[in-house]
Amino acid sequence: MSISEFIKKIEGEIEELTPGTLKPDTKYRTMEGWSSMHALIIVALVDTDYNVTITGEDLRSCQTITDLFNIIKSRV
Amino acid sequence: MAFLSLNNVSVKGISACVPKNVESNLDYDWISLQERELLIKTTGIKYRRIASSDVCTSDMCYESAIALLNEAKIDRKDIEILIFVSQSPDYFLPATSIILQDRLQLPKTTMAFDIQLGCSGYVYGLSIISNLMSTGKFKKGLLLVGDKSSFSQSKKDKSTYPIFGDAGTATLLEYNEDADKMDFNLQSDGSGYKSIMITDGGTRNPYNSESEKMVEIEPGIIKSAKNLVLDGLEVFNFSLREVVPNINGLLNYSNTTLDDYDYFVFHQANKLITETIRKKLKLAPEKIPYSLYDYGNTSSASIPLTIVTQMGELVKNNSFTILLSAFGVGLSWASARIKISNIVCPKLIEI
Repeated sequence: MSISEFIKKIEGEIEELTPGTLKPDTKYRTMEGWSSMHALIIVALVDTDYNVTITGEDLRSCQTITDLFNIIKSRV
Repeated sequence: MAFLSLNNVSVKGISACVPKNVESNLDYDWISLQERELLIKTTGIKYRRIASSDVCTSDMCYESAIALLNEAKIDRKDIEILIFVSQSPDYFLPATSIILQDRLQLPKTTMAFDIQLGCSGYVYGLSIISNLMSTGKFKKGLLLVGDKSSFSQSKKDKSTYPIFGDAGTATLLEYNEDADKMDFNLQSDGSGYKSIMITDGGTRNPYNSESEKMVEIEPGIIKSAKNLVLDGLEVFNFSLREVVPNINGLLNYSNTTLDDYDYFVFHQANKLITETIRKKLKLAPEKIPYSLYDYGNTSSASIPLTIVTQMGELVKNNSFTILLSAFGVGLSWASARIKISNIVCPKLIEI
Protein backbone atom coordinates (compact mmCIF):
# COMPACT_ATOMS: atom_id res chain seq x y z
CA MET A 1 0.00 0.00 0.00
CA SER A 2 1.14 3.52 -0.77
CA ILE A 3 0.06 6.90 0.46
CA SER A 4 -0.97 7.98 -3.04
CA GLU A 5 -3.34 5.01 -3.27
CA PHE A 6 -4.72 5.89 0.16
CA ILE A 7 -5.33 9.49 -0.93
CA LYS A 8 -7.06 8.30 -4.12
CA LYS A 9 -9.35 6.10 -2.04
CA ILE A 10 -10.27 9.00 0.26
CA GLU A 11 -10.92 11.27 -2.72
CA GLY A 12 -13.09 8.53 -4.18
CA GLU A 13 -15.26 8.35 -1.06
CA ILE A 14 -15.56 12.04 -0.23
CA GLU A 15 -17.29 13.76 -3.12
CA GLU A 16 -16.67 17.25 -1.75
CA LEU A 17 -12.93 16.82 -2.35
CA THR A 18 -11.58 17.93 -5.72
CA PRO A 19 -9.21 15.16 -6.87
CA GLY A 20 -5.60 16.25 -6.55
CA THR A 21 -6.17 18.70 -3.70
CA LEU A 22 -5.42 16.29 -0.87
CA LYS A 23 -1.66 15.99 -0.18
CA PRO A 24 0.28 13.83 2.30
CA ASP A 25 0.94 16.89 4.48
CA THR A 26 -2.63 18.25 4.31
CA LYS A 27 -3.97 18.99 7.78
CA TYR A 28 -7.28 17.44 6.87
CA ARG A 29 -9.17 18.38 10.02
CA THR A 30 -8.69 22.08 9.42
CA MET A 31 -9.77 21.91 5.78
CA GLU A 32 -12.72 24.08 4.87
CA GLY A 33 -15.97 22.14 5.13
CA TRP A 34 -14.38 19.30 7.17
CA SER A 35 -16.99 17.53 9.28
CA SER A 36 -17.22 14.63 11.71
CA MET A 37 -19.14 12.85 8.92
CA HIS A 38 -15.95 12.84 6.87
CA ALA A 39 -14.13 11.20 9.78
CA LEU A 40 -16.74 8.41 9.81
CA ILE A 41 -16.42 7.96 6.05
CA ILE A 42 -12.64 7.55 6.40
CA VAL A 43 -13.03 5.13 9.33
CA ALA A 44 -15.44 3.02 7.23
CA LEU A 45 -13.09 3.10 4.25
CA VAL A 46 -10.07 2.04 6.32
CA ASP A 47 -12.08 -0.75 7.95
CA THR A 48 -13.37 -2.06 4.62
CA ASP A 49 -10.19 -1.75 2.55
CA TYR A 50 -7.42 -2.37 5.12
CA ASN A 51 -9.30 -4.20 7.89
CA VAL A 52 -7.85 -1.72 10.39
CA THR A 53 -9.79 0.05 13.17
CA ILE A 54 -9.22 3.79 13.63
CA THR A 55 -10.32 5.01 17.06
CA GLY A 56 -11.36 8.45 18.23
CA GLU A 57 -8.04 8.67 20.04
CA ASP A 58 -6.17 7.96 16.77
CA LEU A 59 -8.07 10.70 14.98
CA ARG A 60 -7.34 13.21 17.73
CA SER A 61 -3.62 12.35 17.64
CA CYS A 62 -3.34 12.79 13.85
CA GLN A 63 -2.71 16.07 12.12
CA THR A 64 -1.95 15.11 8.54
CA ILE A 65 -2.87 12.41 6.06
CA THR A 66 0.64 10.99 6.53
CA ASP A 67 0.03 10.63 10.30
CA LEU A 68 -3.15 8.69 9.59
CA PHE A 69 -1.47 6.60 6.92
CA ASN A 70 1.34 5.66 9.32
CA ILE A 71 -1.15 4.42 11.91
CA ILE A 72 -2.85 2.24 9.31
CA LYS A 73 0.47 0.92 7.99
CA SER A 74 1.59 -0.05 11.50
CA ARG A 75 -1.57 -2.16 11.98
CA VAL A 76 -2.02 -3.85 8.61
CA MET B 1 -22.77 -18.62 24.69
CA ALA B 2 -26.30 -17.25 24.35
CA PHE B 3 -27.43 -19.31 21.38
CA LEU B 4 -31.08 -20.31 21.42
CA SER B 5 -33.15 -22.48 19.15
CA LEU B 6 -36.90 -22.24 19.77
CA ASN B 7 -39.68 -24.39 18.43
CA ASN B 8 -43.46 -24.10 18.23
CA VAL B 9 -43.79 -20.33 17.98
CA SER B 10 -44.66 -18.35 14.88
CA VAL B 11 -44.96 -14.65 14.11
CA LYS B 12 -48.61 -14.09 13.25
CA GLY B 13 -48.48 -10.35 12.55
CA ILE B 14 -46.50 -7.10 12.81
CA SER B 15 -47.75 -3.51 12.97
CA ALA B 16 -46.19 -0.10 13.54
CA CYS B 17 -47.22 3.42 14.49
CA VAL B 18 -45.37 6.72 14.10
CA PRO B 19 -46.25 10.31 15.00
CA LYS B 20 -47.85 12.39 12.22
CA ASN B 21 -45.40 15.20 12.76
CA VAL B 22 -42.56 15.05 10.19
CA GLU B 23 -39.24 16.83 10.64
CA SER B 24 -36.81 17.16 7.74
CA ASN B 25 -33.07 17.20 8.28
CA LEU B 26 -32.89 19.68 5.44
CA ASP B 27 -34.53 22.19 7.82
CA TYR B 28 -32.17 21.45 10.75
CA ASP B 29 -30.68 24.92 10.91
CA TRP B 30 -28.41 24.28 13.90
CA ILE B 31 -25.85 23.22 11.26
CA SER B 32 -24.99 24.72 7.86
CA LEU B 33 -26.91 23.68 4.74
CA GLN B 34 -23.75 22.00 3.42
CA GLU B 35 -23.46 19.96 6.63
CA ARG B 36 -27.15 19.03 6.46
CA GLU B 37 -26.73 17.72 2.92
CA LEU B 38 -23.64 15.72 3.90
CA LEU B 39 -25.47 14.35 6.94
CA ILE B 40 -28.45 13.20 4.84
CA LYS B 41 -26.17 11.58 2.28
CA THR B 42 -23.95 9.82 4.84
CA THR B 43 -26.55 8.69 7.39
CA GLY B 44 -29.28 8.07 4.82
CA ILE B 45 -31.71 9.93 7.11
CA LYS B 46 -33.81 12.67 5.56
CA TYR B 47 -37.03 12.70 7.59
CA ARG B 48 -37.88 11.79 11.16
CA ARG B 49 -41.21 11.49 12.98
CA ILE B 50 -41.31 13.41 16.24
CA ALA B 51 -44.02 12.81 18.83
CA SER B 52 -45.81 15.73 20.49
CA SER B 53 -45.51 16.10 24.26
CA ASP B 54 -48.74 14.19 24.90
CA VAL B 55 -47.76 11.08 22.90
CA CYS B 56 -45.64 8.43 24.62
CA THR B 57 -44.07 5.23 23.32
CA SER B 58 -46.89 3.29 24.99
CA ASP B 59 -49.50 5.25 22.98
CA MET B 60 -47.85 4.28 19.69
CA CYS B 61 -47.55 0.65 20.82
CA TYR B 62 -51.20 0.72 21.94
CA GLU B 63 -52.38 1.90 18.52
CA SER B 64 -50.21 -0.73 16.82
CA ALA B 65 -51.60 -3.47 19.05
CA ILE B 66 -55.23 -2.48 18.47
CA ALA B 67 -54.79 -2.41 14.69
CA LEU B 68 -53.02 -5.76 14.74
CA LEU B 69 -55.55 -7.51 16.98
CA ASN B 70 -58.43 -6.17 14.90
CA GLU B 71 -56.95 -7.14 11.57
CA ALA B 72 -55.88 -10.57 12.82
CA LYS B 73 -59.36 -10.99 14.36
CA ILE B 74 -57.91 -12.03 17.71
CA ASP B 75 -60.08 -11.97 20.80
CA ARG B 76 -58.25 -9.89 23.42
CA LYS B 77 -59.00 -12.37 26.16
CA ASP B 78 -56.83 -14.90 24.32
CA ILE B 79 -53.66 -12.86 24.90
CA GLU B 80 -51.81 -14.53 27.75
CA ILE B 81 -48.49 -12.71 27.73
CA LEU B 82 -47.50 -9.11 26.99
CA ILE B 83 -43.94 -7.80 26.97
CA PHE B 84 -43.08 -4.11 26.49
CA VAL B 85 -39.52 -3.37 25.36
CA SER B 86 -38.47 0.27 25.64
CA GLN B 87 -36.11 2.78 27.20
CA SER B 88 -38.82 5.44 27.29
CA PRO B 89 -41.45 4.07 29.70
CA ASP B 90 -44.46 6.07 30.89
CA TYR B 91 -43.19 6.22 34.48
CA PHE B 92 -40.24 5.22 36.61
CA LEU B 93 -42.74 2.76 38.05
CA PRO B 94 -45.02 0.86 37.60
CA ALA B 95 -43.97 -1.02 34.47
CA THR B 96 -45.67 0.29 31.30
CA SER B 97 -46.59 -3.25 30.16
CA ILE B 98 -48.97 -3.60 33.10
CA ILE B 99 -50.72 -0.32 32.30
CA LEU B 100 -51.02 -1.55 28.71
CA GLN B 101 -52.56 -4.85 29.87
CA ASP B 102 -55.48 -2.92 31.33
CA ARG B 103 -55.67 -0.33 28.55
CA LEU B 104 -55.77 -3.03 25.90
CA GLN B 105 -58.46 -4.79 27.94
CA LEU B 106 -56.44 -7.97 28.21
CA PRO B 107 -57.50 -10.37 30.97
CA LYS B 108 -55.98 -10.25 34.44
CA THR B 109 -54.60 -13.72 33.75
CA THR B 110 -52.13 -12.07 31.32
CA MET B 111 -48.48 -12.10 32.35
CA ALA B 112 -46.96 -8.66 31.69
CA PHE B 113 -43.51 -7.19 32.23
CA ASP B 114 -41.05 -4.67 30.75
CA ILE B 115 -37.61 -5.17 29.26
CA GLN B 116 -35.27 -2.17 29.34
CA LEU B 117 -33.26 -2.43 26.12
CA GLY B 118 -32.82 -0.13 23.13
CA CYS B 119 -31.44 -0.85 19.66
CA SER B 120 -31.08 -4.60 20.30
CA GLY B 121 -34.47 -4.78 22.02
CA TYR B 122 -36.60 -6.25 19.25
CA VAL B 123 -34.42 -9.31 18.79
CA TYR B 124 -34.00 -9.75 22.56
CA GLY B 125 -37.74 -9.32 23.13
CA LEU B 126 -38.56 -11.81 20.40
CA SER B 127 -36.22 -14.37 21.92
CA ILE B 128 -37.69 -13.96 25.42
CA ILE B 129 -41.37 -14.07 24.48
CA SER B 130 -40.79 -16.98 22.09
CA ASN B 131 -38.85 -18.86 24.74
CA LEU B 132 -41.71 -18.49 27.23
CA MET B 133 -44.31 -19.41 24.62
CA SER B 134 -42.49 -22.42 23.18
CA THR B 135 -43.54 -24.52 26.17
CA GLY B 136 -47.17 -24.26 25.08
CA LYS B 137 -48.28 -22.56 28.30
CA PHE B 138 -49.11 -19.37 26.42
CA LYS B 139 -51.03 -19.68 23.17
CA LYS B 140 -50.95 -16.02 22.06
CA GLY B 141 -48.62 -13.21 23.03
CA LEU B 142 -47.97 -9.56 22.27
CA LEU B 143 -44.51 -8.05 21.98
CA LEU B 144 -44.74 -4.24 22.08
CA VAL B 145 -41.50 -2.51 21.16
CA GLY B 146 -40.54 1.10 20.59
CA ASP B 147 -39.08 4.36 21.78
CA LYS B 148 -39.75 8.04 21.96
CA SER B 149 -36.09 8.96 21.56
CA SER B 150 -36.93 12.62 20.94
CA PHE B 151 -37.81 12.85 24.63
CA SER B 152 -34.20 12.99 25.75
CA GLN B 153 -32.54 14.91 22.94
CA SER B 154 -30.97 18.33 22.82
CA LYS B 155 -31.87 20.17 19.63
CA LYS B 156 -28.42 21.76 19.81
CA ASP B 157 -26.64 18.41 19.55
CA LYS B 158 -25.83 17.63 15.93
CA SER B 159 -24.56 14.18 16.90
CA THR B 160 -27.98 12.96 18.12
CA TYR B 161 -30.82 15.29 17.16
CA PRO B 162 -30.88 14.62 13.38
CA ILE B 163 -30.46 10.86 13.84
CA PHE B 164 -33.39 9.60 15.92
CA GLY B 165 -37.10 9.29 15.22
CA ASP B 166 -40.01 8.02 17.33
CA ALA B 167 -42.03 4.84 16.72
CA GLY B 168 -43.96 2.11 18.53
CA THR B 169 -44.71 -1.36 17.19
CA ALA B 170 -46.61 -4.55 17.97
CA THR B 171 -45.81 -8.16 17.08
CA LEU B 172 -48.32 -10.94 17.60
CA LEU B 173 -46.97 -14.41 18.33
CA GLU B 174 -48.77 -17.68 18.37
CA TYR B 175 -48.10 -21.16 19.70
CA ASN B 176 -47.96 -23.34 16.61
CA GLU B 177 -46.56 -26.86 16.59
CA ASP B 178 -45.91 -26.62 12.84
CA ALA B 179 -43.79 -23.47 13.16
CA ASP B 180 -40.27 -23.43 11.80
CA LYS B 181 -37.72 -23.09 14.52
CA MET B 182 -36.25 -19.67 15.34
CA ASP B 183 -32.55 -19.30 16.13
CA PHE B 184 -30.91 -16.53 18.13
CA ASN B 185 -27.43 -15.31 19.03
CA LEU B 186 -27.53 -12.76 21.87
CA GLN B 187 -24.54 -10.81 23.20
CA SER B 188 -23.59 -8.01 25.62
CA ASP B 189 -20.57 -5.83 26.47
CA GLY B 190 -21.11 -3.43 29.35
CA SER B 191 -17.58 -2.04 29.09
CA GLY B 192 -18.97 0.23 26.37
CA TYR B 193 -21.90 1.54 28.43
CA LYS B 194 -20.78 5.16 28.18
CA SER B 195 -20.98 5.19 24.37
CA ILE B 196 -24.76 5.72 24.34
CA MET B 197 -26.10 7.06 27.59
CA ILE B 198 -28.34 9.42 29.52
CA THR B 199 -26.25 10.17 32.61
CA ASP B 200 -28.72 11.82 35.01
CA GLY B 201 -32.17 10.85 36.26
CA GLY B 202 -31.52 7.31 37.50
CA THR B 203 -30.46 6.33 41.00
CA ARG B 204 -26.72 6.58 40.18
CA ASN B 205 -27.00 10.28 39.34
CA PRO B 206 -30.41 11.57 40.46
CA TYR B 207 -31.58 14.85 38.93
CA ASN B 208 -29.92 17.76 40.71
CA SER B 209 -29.49 21.49 40.25
CA GLU B 210 -26.80 20.87 37.61
CA SER B 211 -28.76 18.36 35.51
CA GLU B 212 -30.37 20.93 33.23
CA LYS B 213 -27.27 23.03 32.70
CA MET B 214 -26.52 23.24 28.97
CA VAL B 215 -22.81 22.68 28.32
CA GLU B 216 -20.86 22.91 25.06
CA ILE B 217 -19.12 19.55 24.70
CA GLU B 218 -17.59 20.43 21.34
CA PRO B 219 -18.59 22.72 18.45
CA GLY B 220 -22.16 21.81 17.43
CA ILE B 221 -22.85 19.81 20.58
CA ILE B 222 -24.56 21.67 23.43
CA LYS B 223 -26.41 19.42 25.87
CA SER B 224 -27.31 18.80 29.50
CA ALA B 225 -26.90 15.68 31.66
CA LYS B 226 -30.60 14.90 31.00
CA ASN B 227 -29.90 14.54 27.29
CA LEU B 228 -28.75 11.52 25.34
CA VAL B 229 -25.00 11.24 24.68
CA LEU B 230 -23.85 9.36 21.60
CA ASP B 231 -20.20 8.69 20.84
CA GLY B 232 -20.72 8.11 17.14
CA LEU B 233 -17.23 6.86 16.37
CA GLU B 234 -17.17 4.37 19.26
CA VAL B 235 -20.57 2.99 18.29
CA PHE B 236 -19.49 2.85 14.67
CA ASN B 237 -16.37 0.85 15.51
CA PHE B 238 -18.32 -1.42 17.87
CA SER B 239 -20.81 -2.20 15.09
CA LEU B 240 -18.10 -2.91 12.52
CA ARG B 241 -16.24 -5.12 15.00
CA GLU B 242 -19.10 -7.17 16.46
CA VAL B 243 -22.01 -7.48 14.02
CA VAL B 244 -20.39 -9.69 11.38
CA PRO B 245 -18.94 -12.22 13.88
CA ASN B 246 -22.33 -12.32 15.64
CA ILE B 247 -24.07 -13.11 12.34
CA ASN B 248 -21.44 -15.71 11.47
CA GLY B 249 -22.04 -17.30 14.88
CA LEU B 250 -25.76 -17.50 14.14
CA LEU B 251 -25.15 -19.02 10.68
CA ASN B 252 -22.88 -21.62 12.17
CA TYR B 253 -25.29 -22.43 15.01
CA SER B 254 -28.32 -22.67 12.73
CA ASN B 255 -26.39 -24.56 10.08
CA THR B 256 -27.35 -22.02 7.40
CA THR B 257 -25.47 -19.83 4.94
CA LEU B 258 -26.17 -16.28 3.79
CA ASP B 259 -27.76 -17.72 0.63
CA ASP B 260 -30.52 -19.30 2.72
CA TYR B 261 -32.03 -15.93 3.56
CA ASP B 262 -34.47 -13.92 1.46
CA TYR B 263 -33.94 -10.69 3.41
CA PHE B 264 -31.62 -9.20 6.00
CA VAL B 265 -33.37 -6.71 8.22
CA PHE B 266 -30.82 -4.66 10.13
CA HIS B 267 -31.34 -2.23 12.97
CA GLN B 268 -31.52 1.14 11.24
CA ALA B 269 -28.55 2.88 12.89
CA ASN B 270 -27.30 4.84 9.92
CA LYS B 271 -26.63 4.02 6.32
CA LEU B 272 -22.84 4.20 6.51
CA ILE B 273 -22.79 1.52 9.24
CA THR B 274 -25.23 -0.80 7.51
CA GLU B 275 -23.67 -0.39 4.08
CA THR B 276 -20.22 -1.15 5.52
CA ILE B 277 -21.59 -4.30 7.17
CA ARG B 278 -23.38 -5.21 3.93
CA LYS B 279 -20.14 -4.95 1.97
CA LYS B 280 -18.26 -7.05 4.55
CA LEU B 281 -20.89 -9.78 4.18
CA LYS B 282 -21.02 -9.28 0.38
CA LEU B 283 -24.82 -9.06 0.39
CA ALA B 284 -26.84 -7.80 -2.57
CA PRO B 285 -28.37 -4.35 -1.88
CA GLU B 286 -31.89 -5.54 -2.81
CA LYS B 287 -31.87 -7.97 0.11
CA ILE B 288 -31.57 -5.16 2.65
CA PRO B 289 -34.63 -2.97 3.22
CA TYR B 290 -34.17 0.50 4.73
CA SER B 291 -36.63 2.72 6.57
CA LEU B 292 -33.90 5.21 7.52
CA TYR B 293 -34.67 7.78 4.85
CA ASP B 294 -38.21 8.44 6.04
CA TYR B 295 -38.05 7.60 9.76
CA GLY B 296 -34.41 7.83 10.93
CA ASN B 297 -33.01 5.60 13.65
CA THR B 298 -36.09 4.45 15.56
CA SER B 299 -34.19 2.52 18.26
CA SER B 300 -35.83 -0.81 19.16
CA ALA B 301 -38.72 -0.18 16.74
CA SER B 302 -36.46 -0.09 13.69
CA ILE B 303 -36.74 -3.74 12.61
CA PRO B 304 -40.56 -4.11 12.82
CA LEU B 305 -41.00 -0.58 11.37
CA THR B 306 -38.79 -1.53 8.42
CA ILE B 307 -40.78 -4.71 7.83
CA VAL B 308 -44.11 -2.83 7.94
CA THR B 309 -43.06 0.12 5.77
CA GLN B 310 -40.73 -1.56 3.27
CA MET B 311 -42.05 -5.13 3.06
CA GLY B 312 -45.67 -4.75 4.18
CA GLU B 313 -47.30 -6.01 0.97
CA LEU B 314 -44.71 -8.75 0.44
CA VAL B 315 -44.97 -10.36 3.87
CA LYS B 316 -48.75 -10.64 3.65
CA ASN B 317 -48.62 -13.04 0.72
CA ASN B 318 -45.27 -14.77 0.91
CA SER B 319 -43.10 -16.93 3.03
CA PHE B 320 -39.61 -15.60 3.78
CA THR B 321 -36.63 -16.68 5.80
CA ILE B 322 -35.23 -13.51 7.32
CA LEU B 323 -32.12 -12.69 9.26
CA LEU B 324 -32.57 -9.96 11.86
CA SER B 325 -29.55 -8.11 13.26
CA ALA B 326 -29.72 -5.42 15.93
CA PHE B 327 -26.96 -3.63 17.81
CA GLY B 328 -26.38 -0.57 19.98
CA VAL B 329 -26.94 0.87 23.45
CA GLY B 330 -25.68 -1.31 26.27
CA LEU B 331 -23.65 -2.27 24.44
CA SER B 332 -25.98 -5.06 23.42
CA TRP B 333 -26.40 -6.90 20.14
CA ALA B 334 -28.18 -9.91 18.72
CA SER B 335 -29.21 -11.68 15.54
CA ALA B 336 -32.01 -14.06 14.72
CA ARG B 337 -33.15 -16.40 12.01
CA ILE B 338 -36.91 -16.38 11.67
CA LYS B 339 -39.40 -17.52 9.08
CA ILE B 340 -42.48 -15.43 8.42
CA SER B 341 -45.33 -16.76 6.31
CA ASN B 342 -48.36 -14.77 5.16
CA ILE B 343 -48.39 -12.60 8.26
CA VAL B 344 -50.98 -9.98 9.15
CA CYS B 345 -49.46 -6.56 8.51
CA PRO B 346 -51.75 -3.53 8.82
CA LYS B 347 -50.79 -0.32 7.02
CA LEU B 348 -48.53 2.04 8.99
CA ILE B 349 -50.55 3.97 11.59
CA GLU B 350 -49.98 7.68 12.15
CA ILE B 351 -51.12 9.48 15.30
